[in-house]
Amino acid sequence: MSNDVFVLVEHRDGAVADATFELLGRARQLAVAAGGEAVALLLGSGVEALSSKLGAAQRVLLAEDAGLAEFTPSAYQSVLVPIVQERAPLLVLATNTGVGMDVAAGLSMACGLALAAYATDVALDDGGPVITTQLYAGKVNVRVRFRDGRGIATVVAGAFPAEAGQLAGSPIVERVTVSALDGRIRFRRLLRPEAGDVDITRESVLVSVGRGIGEADNIALVEALAAALGGAVSSSRPIADAGWLPRTRQVGKSGLRVKPRLYLALGISGAPEHLEGMRGADLIIAINTDARAPIFGVAHYGAVADLLDVVPALTKRMTG
Amino acid sequence: MRDLPVIKVDGVLELEHAVVDGVDISGHWNRMFNQRAINAYPTEAMDWVTGLAGGESMRDCYQCGKCVPVCPVNHVGDYGPRKLNVKVLRGNNLLDDPDLWLCTTCGNCYRVCPKEVNPLRIMPAIREQAVLEGKVPDELADVFQKLQRTGNPQGESPRKRADWIAEAGVPVPLISELGRPVDVLWYVSDYTSYHPRGKDAARAMARVLTALGVDFAILGNEERSDGDSARLAGESGLFEMLAEQNIKLFNKYQFRQLVVMDPHAFNAFKNEYPRLGWQGEVLHYTQFLAPLVDRLQFQSQVDLDVTYHDPCYLGRNNGEFDAPRRLLEAIPGIRLAEMPHNKQNGYCCGGGGGGMWLDGFVADHVSERLSERRVREAVATVGTDGTGVLSVACPYEPSRFEDAVKSTGNDGRLVVRDIIELLDQALQPASA
Amino acid sequence: MDLVVLLKLVPDLAEELEIAADGRDLARDWLSYLTSEWDEYALEEALQLKATSGATVTCLALDTGSVEELLATCLARGADRVVKVGSFERAPDSHTAARAFAAALKEIPADLILTGVQAIDDLDGQVAPLLAAALGLPHVSVVTHIGLAGDGRTATVNQEYAGGLVAEFEVDLPAVLGVQTSREAPRYAPVSRVRQLMKTADYGAVAVTAEGGSGLLVEAMSIPEVTGGAEMISGTVEQIAERVATLIRERGIGLGGSR
Repeated sequence: MSNDVFVLVEHRDGAVADATFELLGRARQLAVAAGGEAVALLLGSGVEALSSKLGAAQRVLLAEDAGLAEFTPSAYQSVLVPIVQERAPLLVLATNTGVGMDVAAGLSMACGLALAAYATDVALDDGGPVITTQLYAGKVNVRVRFRDGRGIATVVAGAFPAEAGQLAGSPIVERVTVSALDGRIRFRRLLRPEAGDVDITRESVLVSVGRGIGEADNIALVEALAAALGGAVSSSRPIADAGWLPRTRQVGKSGLRVKPRLYLALGISGAPEHLEGMRGADLIIAINTDARAPIFGVAHYGAVADLLDVVPALTKRMTG
Repeated sequence: MRDLPVIKVDGVLELEHAVVDGVDISGHWNRMFNQRAINAYPTEAMDWVTGLAGGESMRDCYQCGKCVPVCPVNHVGDYGPRKLNVKVLRGNNLLDDPDLWLCTTCGNCYRVCPKEVNPLRIMPAIREQAVLEGKVPDELADVFQKLQRTGNPQGESPRKRADWIAEAGVPVPLISELGRPVDVLWYVSDYTSYHPRGKDAARAMARVLTALGVDFAILGNEERSDGDSARLAGESGLFEMLAEQNIKLFNKYQFRQLVVMDPHAFNAFKNEYPRLGWQGEVLHYTQFLAPLVDRLQFQSQVDLDVTYHDPCYLGRNNGEFDAPRRLLEAIPGIRLAEMPHNKQNGYCCGGGGGGMWLDGFVADHVSERLSERRVREAVATVGTDGTGVLSVACPYEPSRFEDAVKSTGNDGRLVVRDIIELLDQALQPASA
Repeated sequence: MDLVVLLKLVPDLAEELEIAADGRDLARDWLSYLTSEWDEYALEEALQLKATSGATVTCLALDTGSVEELLATCLARGADRVVKVGSFERAPDSHTAARAFAAALKEIPADLILTGVQAIDDLDGQVAPLLAAALGLPHVSVVTHIGLAGDGRTATVNQEYAGGLVAEFEVDLPAVLGVQTSREAPRYAPVSRVRQLMKTADYGAVAVTAEGGSGLLVEAMSIPEVTGGAEMISGTVEQIAERVATLIRERGIGLGGSR
């Protein structure tokens, strides 16, 4: 049994995921406070070089095997269960992604460790982990402890700053023997998104335009802004009706329901039918010339202005 | 052509005899290229439709085509009641045809049909079969689920159904809290309870009833959608479920008259609820207020050019044309002008029969919304100087027409007001 | 081929949530419930697989005393059989649910078990991977596509990652999948059919015991502060643009331009 804080490293194409850095930074703070080590669990094939990116951890447990070249839930599970059982860390952190969900719950059942999902904060209190999680689509916060004092948490992206975990360094690399892997799930291939029209329900940034855009030619302005933000352009119904954007971009009751991290509502008045499709966005910023536009009722931030003025000024800042 | 007798119907020229580019096109040769045996038609689809309860009259069509020029959807697309009949004759049972969902059940074709072919019964019957087979446009299925879950098409919390009363400015009693019989049970309806513009009308109604000293109450959070548009869109089970919930309430409380804001609710309570076990006096609010109009003490002039849009389910389908006009004529200052399509020939807004919940689906099959056509007609009637008002008496209308005012570029030229809002305005002292 | 779908009811978020007096649970008196959205996708996907492969679909729900409508809806949509599992006063935690389903599945044949990838209330993790671990079966979550091999021994499944990346796996059956979305929107269940089935449906039942709980101790539940409308930004166009840019950068969005 130890006071170590384990972090499952997610990586792809030779790069460590941002969400992993977020966890590493926090794990380091918690491990220091608990008197243990921040330990990165790095599984793969030919990935030892990645350990130099994991400087926030004091130790890297490296499991390498041809069968780990790509993530599969079963192979990861057969490596992780014995590690966690033997070393009994204080806390195991994984991201709340497909990978994290696959691994964390299996570990929980197999190792008899409690699991807290959708964590937005992980802290120590009286020596034990205290987890804050978000339930009911973010409508309720829950603070929980592990009955046995140790456990697993899957953490939502953006819970901690990634910078704190992006430390170069040379943590101790400890190789873990990989015994027989569970091969019941076999990786076949990775499909990358086609260069077709974007799926706005999967975009984390949406620059959405309404009637305030005025004419079709102005769409190019918002496309430039969306590109600068790494997002996509979506619209309210009238814009799709006018054929200025494909109907696949329409947000709202008769379009698509979206839940991006950022929703910029530009020249959208905010009919209930539109609000229905986007009110779940994490951050809503609305620009509209009408101070009484209902969009300001659901937006987190608003400005009364002409989008045709604000958009170029904003694009300049986001690209500059 | 100018010398020929001309019947002008909505911009379409109907000629008894026509020569175009020197060719007489009215001759017998233009009717049929060669003879066809009538038994060449497959009969299964027609047999199937007419075998449905409500579908019987489909067979009576003799293809006179009177229905097509009066069908509002025909004006904006390829759809027409006669064309629908031809499809069925050719073996299409409509279950997979988008046309199945374009009819708004406005009833204008039924009005002119010499054979009384009745889409108000045919369309729900075929749609019901589509619903049972799961062939429902997604956006309509979404609304059905909301109605099922929350009792309103918006999917809002039933607990918030009476939240609008907080800003009515007058007390609005809940019948459950009153604990005694009332004269008027006011059934508020969905859009009036939840939509921002509907709530404006609800508050105006509360003030007008109060000004008249009417002994009224509402059902509050217990009220559920009347379900009529779901019925017309083919979800009879959902309609019956909602009706049972409302009927339970109507039986639980004592009242003399049921007064409704929504013509669709009026239609349901008057014509459909009786077969489900509730019978009583039900009035649209315009019918309730019209006889009381002399008791209204107007305080200000409403100096506006007003035209009135007859809701299909108050006007044509239930025969009430006068009460709304009596109210408008009583408001001091209002100059009432009729649109070319009025009363029996009123033009549908596109929201009936489930159209309210099929906006995206319908948009893919028509050149413009019916509401947009209607708004153009209103602008042509009451002008573009900003004093023009399109008045309505159905809670579906304000949002539909206000959207259409914007999308037709008439922002600032025409406003949309429920009649109750105009009455309320005239009852207030003129603002500075 | 036997497909099994696990479904549950969750609070309807159309209702405003309130916290119970003890501060550790939702105030449940006013809650209304509906089928968990992702479970609906799992059912739809199972019904699609049934249509293409001739598999049978069995739907399971923990018996919390109020799952008849949920199960009748499954039948109305095309499930072959529905089964109530165990007997619970209210919906248990995910670990207990997984143990209960695991016990039930000892008696119910299953080649592929589908359920929602998550639910809005699974505080102690998702049922699918917990169940897989309890049964010792392989498991994939965030599944966006399922294809069954002709011999019925394997399935090809897609797992989705951020940015539209998708991994394709071949999985030995039996297996458990956490379904993220279905190829078609969940089909509509006509009310008249559901109502009729609620009267006539044959609900199977399996008695199980499940103990152990989640191992979590809930200290407090709270409703996050809700802002009453937008915080308005005033000033010139340049000032507005600057403030908006700052707000966006604070969230780590748009750093370094497009990616």
